[in-house]
Amino acid sequence: MTILLSIFIGLGLFFLVGFAGRTALHAAAPAHHKPMFRDMPLTASFGLAVIAIYVVVAILAPVIAPFGEGQVLGAAYQPWAAPHYLGTDKLGRDMLTRLIYGARNTVGIAFATTALAFVLGSVLGIWAALVGGRLDQWMSRFVDALMAIPALIFSLLLLTIFGTSVLTLILVIAAVDATRVYRLARSVAQGIVVMDYIEAARLRGEGMWRLIRREILPNAMAPLVAEFGLRFCFVFLSISALSFLGLGIKPPTADWGSMVRENATLITFGDITPLLPAGAIALLTVAVNFVVDWQLHRASGLKE
Amino acid sequence: MEKPVLLTIKGMQIEGRSGDAWHPIIKGVDLTLHKGEVLGLIGESGAGKSTLGLAAMGFARDGCRISGGTIDFDGIDLRTAPEAARRGLRGKRIAYVAQSAAASFNPAHKLIDQYCEGPVVHGVMSREKAEADAVELYRRMRLPNPEEIGFRYPHQVSGGQLQRAMTAMAMACRPDLIIFDEPTTALDVTTQIEVLAAIRDIVRQFGTAAIYITHDLAVVAQMADRIKVLLRGDEVEEADTRSMLAAPREDYTKSLWAVRSFARTEQPPATGTPVVSVRNVTAAYGTVDVLKNVSFDIHARRTVAVVGESGSGKSTTARVITGLLSPRKGEVLFNGKPLPPSFKARSREELRQCQMIYQMADTALNPKLRLRELIGRPAEMYLGLKGKALETRIRDLLALIELEPDKYIDRLPGELSGGQKQRIGIARALAAEPQLIICDEVTSALDQIVQEGILKLLDRLQGELNLAYMFITHDLATVKSIADEVVVMQHGAVVERGPKAELFADPKEDYTNLLLSSVPEMDPDWLNRLLAERGELA
Repeated sequence: MTILLSIFIGLGLFFLVGFAGRTALHAAAPAHHKPMFRDMPLTASFGLAVIAIYVVVAILAPVIAPFGEGQVLGAAYQPWAAPHYLGTDKLGRDMLTRLIYGARNTVGIAFATTALAFVLGSVLGIWAALVGGRLDQWMSRFVDALMAIPALIFSLLLLTIFGTSVLTLILVIAAVDATRVYRLARSVAQGIVVMDYIEAARLRGEGMWRLIRREILPNAMAPLVAEFGLRFCFVFLSISALSFLGLGIKPPTADWGSMVRENATLITFGDITPLLPAGAIALLTVAVNFVVDWQLHRASGLKE
Repeated sequence: MEKPVLLTIKGMQIEGRSGDAWHPIIKGVDLTLHKGEVLGLIGESGAGKSTLGLAAMGFARDGCRISGGTIDFDGIDLRTAPEAARRGLRGKRIAYVAQSAAASFNPAHKLIDQYCEGPVVHGVMSREKAEADAVELYRRMRLPNPEEIGFRYPHQVSGGQLQRAMTAMAMACRPDLIIFDEPTTALDVTTQIEVLAAIRDIVRQFGTAAIYITHDLAVVAQMADRIKVLLRGDEVEEADTRSMLAAPREDYTKSLWAVRSFARTEQPPATGTPVVSVRNVTAAYGTVDVLKNVSFDIHARRTVAVVGESGSGKSTTARVITGLLSPRKGEVLFNGKPLPPSFKARSREELRQCQMIYQMADTALNPKLRLRELIGRPAEMYLGLKGKALETRIRDLLALIELEPDKYIDRLPGELSGGQKQRIGIARALAAEPQLIICDEVTSALDQIVQEGILKLLDRLQGELNLAYMFITHDLATVKSIADEVVVMQHGAVVERGPKAELFADPKEDYTNLLLSSVPEMDPDWLNRLLAERGELA
């Protein structure tokens, strides 16, 4: 009962922060951006609030966390009581501390990975659509070949070759994800490059980079942003899958995906502790998608 | 003698939604239509013509609602009648012919299958009978090969034929009322005549009443018994066609009539080196020659109009000049010097000198860029303007095209009207300070009053900035008002060229003659006379 109550109170708090944030942004924004915040749905402000709080927690992790990330503090699986407010895990490390540090690792890595995948995939995809011809054929068939290999096996292969570190992990997952983004960006851009305004820009003598960045990308944003929300969530899965196979984030570094697995046995005893990191992922996923939906709504011009 | 009344609309009010608010589109219009009568509805776009036309079927588009008034169709109240009853009427007793037949036919089915759907669903005829009937109507609509044409898919038939096939389809159940929504607007003048004649004959033969929606006054003069003028959802005036044409009462109607009066002052024959000289250009898409030995010159401060039907090679000529398509033979000279065939090989300076304004301002302006960047970019790129100087230049350009700089500089194209967008297209071309501007059907997507404004603007700018225009159009009324010289094209070749006055007064070639005589005139007897003349010839 208390748990349900605290969940409700927690979500309510997020909504309040979101509402307050929206009002503050609306007041602070310059005049021609004001309507953007006025029309922002409550779900989007909730999403923004959640993301903002995650970011703050991730940045200030060493300050907020009561104990060290890998510090073993005593008995395993202690119950929820001071000083271990969320108990301890199977090695006796403080659960709350690890959740806080997990925000840093998991969210940081997921964000870096998705962002990289998107920059790489969309720029290459739009470039291929813009140039067309042989370059497009070569690149697209190469990407098709990459996509034919199951993503997990492919990442395993690459990680085995290049060794496991956080950097290689980010690069490998980003490379695999970029192929999907490339596909999407290319097909969206193919519809845009035939427009008269692209022809006009070409006739003006604009360079490739300017065409991609100012003429095509803003018009391809809506589907790309939608895909971003989806991909961002899949990255958590990829990281925890790789961690499970021993090629992901190395212990004792905390990461939410692995934390669920490590403490899974507790569920059999009716303890919900292992679900906390899962819940953290779920909340972030929902929040990101709320924001993405809002952006999508705006980008597709439904409100305008 | 007064025929019985078929349709009565009283106090019609229709609202459209934008965001959360409803705003009125039609503000209490009355309309009465007798059996067998053709009523012309005219007005600018946004006047509510189509909305009112659809309301006659008891239908409101998505995002619209009928908020007041009554619609009485032959004793049936269409507002209170259940949806099933209204469905029973549509297609059977009331039919609709859309503006673009090409977009309204289902591309996946043959014409005759789509024809038969209505009569069969409504239980008017059996499938076999409907097919036989289709052939009969195709014949009456003077479609070529009436027995066979129904078995083609929409893309295998030309635009004018498709429009006639759609009219035949609307006739399938012999409705009492047909609503024609700009049925010939998307067609060439020569094709338009055939469609107009066919529509008028068939409506008379079956005694069908019709509401004919259009923005082209000359067309409505041929088709309608009575004309109703709409402006922003209100009725301006209504009268029978002849008295309306002879003596319009309201100022707005008079202004509609006066639109075509703009004519540019005569220019003396140009001398010196032409700005652009197209020399014996032959160009091909793949292996098909689309331009054959095309030559003409354009001088500074002169407007050369290139006219012809769609597919005659007008736009392809523009693509050769801009360098999008390299000619197979021949060359383009700019101020006497040959231009590299591909725009990729041209210098920035050469690119700057030749700018283009497109037909569809909607697709020619990047919808995500603000006017500041849209107009400022060419100035920044070609003339190296930055910061304050660039800002001043953008403001000057906006003032030049008669848009208030403070109000518009940070807007997106989506926040402008069609005419304003086209003005931005002009400003973007001017920003490069070119010598030649190619105008590709710049006014054909606009209302007549807006067209007039754009033409006047172009004319003024030409005088002020020493511009040469290549004006591509299929609208001969536009040619009459703005051109100095005319180049007539057909099937990729130049048929005839010469000064406007000479060419209009004494066309040498048959095709030019056909083209010129096909332009609808305000005279309600024009179509009859023309058909009679052509009938004698044939």
